[in-house]
Amino acid sequence: MSTNKEYLQNEREKEWRVELRKKIANKERTAKERVRMNEMDPFERIKYQNREVNLGLTAEQAQAEAARCLDCPNPTCMEGCPVSINIPKFVKYIEAGQFLDAAKALKETSALPAVCGRVCPQEKQCESTCFYTQKMKKDPVAIGYLERFAADYERESGFMSIPEVAPSNGIKIAAIGSGPASLSFAGDMIKLGYDVTVFEALHEIGGVLKYGIPEFRLPNKIVDVELNNLKKMGVKFVNNFIVGKTVSFDDLKAEGFEAFFVASGAGLPRFMGIPGENYNGILSSNEYLTRVNLMNAASDEFDTPVIRGKNVAVIGGGNTAMDSVRTAKRLGAERAMIIYRRSRAEMPARVEEVHHAEEEGIEFINLANPIEYFADEKGKVNRMRVQRMGLGEPDASGRRRPIVLEGSDFDIPVDLVIVAVGVSPNPLIPSALSDLKVSKWGTIEVGEETMQSSIPQLFAGGDIVRGGATVILAMGDGRKAAENMHEYLQSKHQ
Amino acid sequence: MNQIVEKVLFSEKVAKFVVEAPRIARSRKPGHFVILRVDEKGERIPLTIAGADPVKGTIVLVVQKVGVSSAKLFELNVGDSILDLVGPLGKATEIHHVGTVLACGGGVGVAPMLPIVEGFKKAGNRVISVLAARNKDLIILEDEVRQWSDEVIIMTDDGSYGTKGVVTVGAESVIQREPINECIAIGPAVMMKFTSLLTKKYNIPTQASLNAIMVDGTGMCGACRVSVGGNTYFTCVDGPEFDAHQIDFDELIMRLGGYSSEEKIAWERYQ
Repeated sequence: MSTNKEYLQNEREKEWRVELRKKIANKERTAKERVRMNEMDPFERIKYQNREVNLGLTAEQAQAEAARCLDCPNPTCMEGCPVSINIPKFVKYIEAGQFLDAAKALKETSALPAVCGRVCPQEKQCESTCFYTQKMKKDPVAIGYLERFAADYERESGFMSIPEVAPSNGIKIAAIGSGPASLSFAGDMIKLGYDVTVFEALHEIGGVLKYGIPEFRLPNKIVDVELNNLKKMGVKFVNNFIVGKTVSFDDLKAEGFEAFFVASGAGLPRFMGIPGENYNGILSSNEYLTRVNLMNAASDEFDTPVIRGKNVAVIGGGNTAMDSVRTAKRLGAERAMIIYRRSRAEMPARVEEVHHAEEEGIEFINLANPIEYFADEKGKVNRMRVQRMGLGEPDASGRRRPIVLEGSDFDIPVDLVIVAVGVSPNPLIPSALSDLKVSKWGTIEVGEETMQSSIPQLFAGGDIVRGGATVILAMGDGRKAAENMHEYLQSKHQ
Repeated sequence: MNQIVEKVLFSEKVAKFVVEAPRIARSRKPGHFVILRVDEKGERIPLTIAGADPVKGTIVLVVQKVGVSSAKLFELNVGDSILDLVGPLGKATEIHHVGTVLACGGGVGVAPMLPIVEGFKKAGNRVISVLAARNKDLIILEDEVRQWSDEVIIMTDDGSYGTKGVVTVGAESVIQREPINECIAIGPAVMMKFTSLLTKKYNIPTQASLNAIMVDGTGMCGACRVSVGGNTYFTCVDGPEFDAHQIDFDELIMRLGGYSSEEKIAWERYQ
């Protein structure tokens, strides 16, 4: 886990890196244009729910892009990475054509490189702190594309490396939930020699990676490969198991579990509480995406139904809203709309997702907020009333606060509405532990650096702590929790 | 895992399954439900637990064939396994000593009512149960309910068994006869609606156990939302039981039909 300066310096001074730096002059490197991701044609891709939009880079493209990286003595890009990937190391391996070594470097600190390379908001993380962005006002090195390239190359090569695992120390620990926070935690703990079991409430392992993120952005088989790696490393997965319900924490302690990492997610969708919101045809993005992604509702062979709307409105401007609206388009919507109360500049979604949505013909009705829904005689939604918004002074989030423009209401015909305005923490775990300290929002309170809760042997991370964030922040929490739980357990066992 | 160890046909469309589920059998309480998926292509469907044997490690589920998923489950036999089974879910029934309890069960609603009746009886209450169904064949678990009730009244729509009439007729006769401290209503939404209207008239606190549409059953999807006292709740984590007098039953009935056209297509394809 060492990411300290000395270690990075030593790695950077290795002969191959020094030689590689000398091969091309920095001036030449910085003169190159950033690579463009190969994408499936928008008109073609909207016909398929499960075909990936981004096609990945070719080896030539990846090497050329990797050559843009200056292998900085002080790699500021790493400061933007919640799981501290040794970015220059893996990028330079790509430049050198040693793609399998690049993948290995990624796996030193990330349990899910093929996932992160696809879904991380790199423009807000590593790429935002890249030398090109910060000092040269140029397009950053496409670190995310390169990460994906290395992980994909390794998977397709058939030579998947399994990270080294320390000899078993016999200490049993549990992770609750099987999303990105838990998987990252489990990866680190198994490497340290712990006996790790991951408990999942649903029938599928993977959490939001399976039920939430659509296959056109993250194919399930990619997630399965990463899960298999963890299995090969020795992580045990138990599905259909709700800690606190199926068995109590005390039962698990009696079975020998010494510490717990709770990453049960933000499993409670928020609604707006406006009139008519419980009409049929109005559902949460969680429900819509779960039906399509987890339950395969779009396929006739599967029993779970999904409503196919012609005029679909998705409320919200985050990644989940983009995933929902683009799914609706693929399921045959003639009009697939985003209704967002602020402007495009304030949208929390990844830039790439918004861009892809626009290419696919998604309509953006920004600065608009629903205030009421109307339905036919059977209770099925058929119209929504929307209010125009303006932008006022910045609020606590730093974004300009939306303000109501009175008398600006207008109606939009709709037959499916997907509400994607955020989630609240899942109450199942907090309600099972009376002495667990939770915030007024229902999130588990933990030490910011330790991820340790008010119950010493219980650590937590991801959305159950953050209340709704990204895959990579959850993974960062998992790593931090692993490091601190390790310390806690080692001192206990001395 | 999840193997069926016993199957009893109650009627052409209703069957009782005893399923191996040791952990759930030990942790479940009256009022809890499970979510199950019959096979790889199946839906996740909620079913309230109708009983359990913690020693044998089994739970009891009563299934009525109404659509594709329940039909698939119905067709399983002893020795078959249910692919996925998770629980216990929801909040357990609040069982305490109140005096006299009137338990109204309609159709297969009698199955989830059975452990609640047992619980109230064991808590020292006088329990009067009213079992209602369309006809004699659809009256289920009468002997079991009788075991935990001081009195059982049978009502059938066609008069083929017990007294002719709907559940509220039987319930009202009891209410007019003696003081009732609490009422439980479990069954089809319409039956619970009218039971609730009746007990409201007499100011009898009433709990109804709702059978909303669900996907995950853990609070994640919100498909099961219900209006109670003007606020929206999730049946899976806030329920499945609520104060019946506060429930918006018309909305519940409307929402139960939320996928009716999709379900119809699926049924035609299945047959």
